[in-house]
Amino acid sequence: MTYKNFTLDIDADAIALVTWDMPGRSMNVMTPESFGELAELVEKVAEDDAIKGCVITSGKDTFSGGADISMLAGFLKTYEENLKKGDEVAAVQELHDTGNILSKLARRIETCGTPFVAALNGTTMGGAFELALGCHYRISIRDKSIKMGLPESRIGLLPGGGGTQRVARLIGAQDALQMMLQGRTYDPIRAKGMKLIHALADSREEMILEAKKWINDGGKAVAPWDMDGFRIPGGLVYSKAGVMTWSAGNAIYRRETYDNYPAARAIMSCVYEGLQVPMDVGLRIEARYFTSLMRGDVARNMIRTLFLSMQELKKGARRPADVPEYKVKKLGILGAGMMGAGVAFVSAHAGMEVVLLDQSAQAAERGKAHSETLLDKAISRGRATPEKKQALLDNITPTDDYDLLEGCDLIIEAVFENRDIKAEVTKKAEAQISNTAVFGSNTSTLPITGLAKASTRPENFIGIHFFSPVDRMALVEIIMGEKTSPETLAKTLDYVRAIRKTPIVVNDSRGFYTSRVVSTYIDEGLTMLSEGIPAAMVENVGRMAGMPIGPLSLNDEVSLDLAHKIATAARKDLGDKYIEVPRDIILDEMVVKRDRLGRKNARGFYDYPEKGKKHLWPDLHTILPDTVNPDTIDVDELKHRFWTIQALETARCFEESVLTDVRDADVGAILGWGFAPFTGGPLSYIDTMGAEAFVARCQSLEKTHGIRFKPSALLKEMAANGETFYSRFNPKPDDRVA
Amino acid sequence: MTDCLIYDAVRTPRGRGKKDGSLHEVTALELATQTLRAIKSRNQLDTSAIDDVVLGCVDPVGEAGGDIARAAVINADYDECVAGVQINRFCASGLDAANFATSQIMAGQQQMAIGGGVESMSRVGLGASGGAWPMDPQIAIKSYFVPQGISADLIATKYGYSRDDVDAYAVESQKRADTAWKDGRFDNSVITIKDINGLTILDHDEHRRPETTMQTLGQLKASFADMGDFAGFNAVAIQRYPEIETLNHVHHPGNSSGIVDGAAAVLLGNAEAGKKAGLKPRARIKSFANIGSEPCIMLTGPIEVSRKALAHAGMTTGDIDLYEINEAFASVVLHTMQQLDIGHDKVNVNGGAIAMGHPLGATGAMLLGTLIDELERRDLECGLVTLCIGAGMGTATIIERV
Repeated sequence: MTYKNFTLDIDADAIALVTWDMPGRSMNVMTPESFGELAELVEKVAEDDAIKGCVITSGKDTFSGGADISMLAGFLKTYEENLKKGDEVAAVQELHDTGNILSKLARRIETCGTPFVAALNGTTMGGAFELALGCHYRISIRDKSIKMGLPESRIGLLPGGGGTQRVARLIGAQDALQMMLQGRTYDPIRAKGMKLIHALADSREEMILEAKKWINDGGKAVAPWDMDGFRIPGGLVYSKAGVMTWSAGNAIYRRETYDNYPAARAIMSCVYEGLQVPMDVGLRIEARYFTSLMRGDVARNMIRTLFLSMQELKKGARRPADVPEYKVKKLGILGAGMMGAGVAFVSAHAGMEVVLLDQSAQAAERGKAHSETLLDKAISRGRATPEKKQALLDNITPTDDYDLLEGCDLIIEAVFENRDIKAEVTKKAEAQISNTAVFGSNTSTLPITGLAKASTRPENFIGIHFFSPVDRMALVEIIMGEKTSPETLAKTLDYVRAIRKTPIVVNDSRGFYTSRVVSTYIDEGLTMLSEGIPAAMVENVGRMAGMPIGPLSLNDEVSLDLAHKIATAARKDLGDKYIEVPRDIILDEMVVKRDRLGRKNARGFYDYPEKGKKHLWPDLHTILPDTVNPDTIDVDELKHRFWTIQALETARCFEESVLTDVRDADVGAILGWGFAPFTGGPLSYIDTMGAEAFVARCQSLEKTHGIRFKPSALLKEMAANGETFYSRFNPKPDDRVA
Repeated sequence: MTDCLIYDAVRTPRGRGKKDGSLHEVTALELATQTLRAIKSRNQLDTSAIDDVVLGCVDPVGEAGGDIARAAVINADYDECVAGVQINRFCASGLDAANFATSQIMAGQQQMAIGGGVESMSRVGLGASGGAWPMDPQIAIKSYFVPQGISADLIATKYGYSRDDVDAYAVESQKRADTAWKDGRFDNSVITIKDINGLTILDHDEHRRPETTMQTLGQLKASFADMGDFAGFNAVAIQRYPEIETLNHVHHPGNSSGIVDGAAAVLLGNAEAGKKAGLKPRARIKSFANIGSEPCIMLTGPIEVSRKALAHAGMTTGDIDLYEINEAFASVVLHTMQQLDIGHDKVNVNGGAIAMGHPLGATGAMLLGTLIDELERRDLECGLVTLCIGAGMGTATIIERV
């Protein structure tokens, strides 16, 4: 018997060494095929009395990334097709049975009577780590670059291969919950310290020897929890310690998730219920919760957006294919403020030669110092070395001399949001660079086509919108001007890939996509204030809706005078046609009359005391109408307003061709401004409730709250046809769940 | 419907609910036993006339587990035909035990019964019986579980009771309890807990601190601030009441009910059974009610349940001469008084659980006895007893003198 994905070697001591090594892949994953072979191997080893024990390892640098997400997506697709056949119970049962196979295999290993050792030569994630947990002994290598853990909750699932049960029995409920709810991963040294693995070796060879030695020394093929007298670390659920763990654990769960994440909640229940019963019963409980998550909207949406779409965008899904790869060796940055300095850091980090230019050499130096600060912090946390720091800093040349830009493959302009200044630096920079170099503007609001007018080669001109802080925010919004060429887009995407960020590509408009939609969130918050909704409620409900911060906090961060300036400009541009909105009155009061500009002058909707936490400005009520009795306010409606206004604006962007790919919309929203990740993004949000229901909600909100909720023509058409964004605009029609 | 009459009410003194409390050496069974014996001897009762003994107990585990009411009946040398049942409605158990007994009598299915309660918090421990509500993620998360102290602080925050407000209330509770004790107003109901030799173990409420002032209370640290922060409960309360930016933690041991040991028993029966036993009725149960209320803020039940009991009786708050609103926390009483629009001069006139303590399962029955004594002393007619309850409930009983 030969296997495609595994090799089996039985040594002189009758110990089987199973090496997982999938052909044509850089990493082992659980596909139906590899999984099937592994199950066969386990049976072979278990049934053969001559085999004394079994060591499972990998032939790759990593052990395994766990279940192939496409396989899970496949299960879901089958489930949805089965549902359409009309027998819901049968469909659920099939999903339950297929989703459960890893749990069954791990338990088979655990109880087969032959000792199994997981020799984790490299990173081991999710389902693969659960497989290892089913083995009787786990050994890895003393190498901090190896990671292991159970990150399933990050895509809306739970560790359904027995992970919730085994981890809780290994390390106790409290630590297990922390590990699984946050989806944390650990290096082998930490994992050993936590008792997730048993031993460490110094090399792969030594690890295999140690693994075999454990078997030869009589390692028992019984898990601790299957032995009499087993005690759960941390004690029983119903014990004094248990009361603390669970009553506080439930509260902390809500504090951290706002109860928006069914997977986290299911993990809590699996551990709570599972620790009160024997292992086999616990596994049955876990399997039921796993199936419930697989059936739910959240997992499907999170898998699609945060895994599949994100990966596709990262791998260049939006890149014009016929352009040869472009390597940015030398990068010029105009403006060494916060954004320019951040871009310099991430680019130098990727090994590029960076010229960081500002009006004065001192200002440019200050921009470079930002990298130094970040690196010092990294060194203090053990994430960088002084050598790495020096190498990176050596890549950055601060200057006020445009001549140094000569030979740059890419210019990123990050000066003030002022057309004249931008035009001037564009001209000066273009004078130094070749005709094939790309010129990118990091504007967040000004239309690219307009800025490109200052350029002598507008086809090379593109928007490259970074998010702050640049070193931490994963998204880059690429904006196509009217004349931007596909070649320029391809080159820009190659740069974004080099700095390991996730790109989305949008067309030109005021605010592009992300700034435009997030501003509707802020505006809705201000509108609520003007209706007499208590400020704390506006903020709390924003967070409860899954946004990372409240709309007033966000406005404070971007600064109120900026919002005021934009409104004033619009007022001027539109003249009589400008419709006064409640926001204008509030901003007028705050900015003009009270000099409350936001965090930047420590006075905005919040006060920012030097010591202690920020808190709402106590006199805010003096500039607002009377507060409505909070007991009469429908909190769910407030949440719906936040979601609906953003989703609607996203749909409008799609309709106006600012957005052309559903993946850009959903990935950009979550990575860009933290739009409720559990929804899978604003378009997934609409799809999940259905266009018809969404249009109905818009219309009802339009009645009570005005024209801004008026559903667009595209939405109405989709509602009438029963379409979804992911069906009508499916970028990969053949293999994904609509 | 048959009238249910109250013939007698007794309670134990309340012992500090800790290892150094006087009643720590006395079992829960013995506490209940001595109240039942007192009922028997004070009324020279032929106990075979009693159909059932209903006892409230909030942590019915260990020595208080099984069915402590039946054990107490046997131990108190009642006739073996007397049944016993233990019930649990958290803090209102003692009052609801009386209400359960009343229901049976009013329905004509029993002639005479005892309702009461027992809690040895020093021996069994608060929360010893566990329960899914704070623990099981399914219900804890759904119901926005927070501990009672957080709920009390939530009431204070939402309805604007300051630290001074709640402390002033607590000082007054101590003062009133002191006056009542000095004046002998509890003498009729409080029995002496004695040992097997007849020696006194405790004859007074030992949790009281009559010397309490605003200054002494001012030195106490709020009890639930750290827990609210670290254990996530503040965030839970705010998610349920998002109009709140931060919780104002005002409660501490000095303005919250004391943890104590104690038991109580109330003798109930119809007119005929009383006459047969040669007893004189002291009051009549006019109405009673239970409700569920929002479980996160949890302790607002007394408002709606009082309204419900008043409606049952066809009465308004103006018809009530005296109220006993359990002093679980100062904010609970302040809020109930404000919402029902009743004056402090009619409420907890002899102090309450802040001064004397709250033996969970027994308190409701104790308050019933306290109310009857005071109605008699002042020669007034009608009174209402109500308690806030864990997980968001309320129980109320209205009585009138006969």
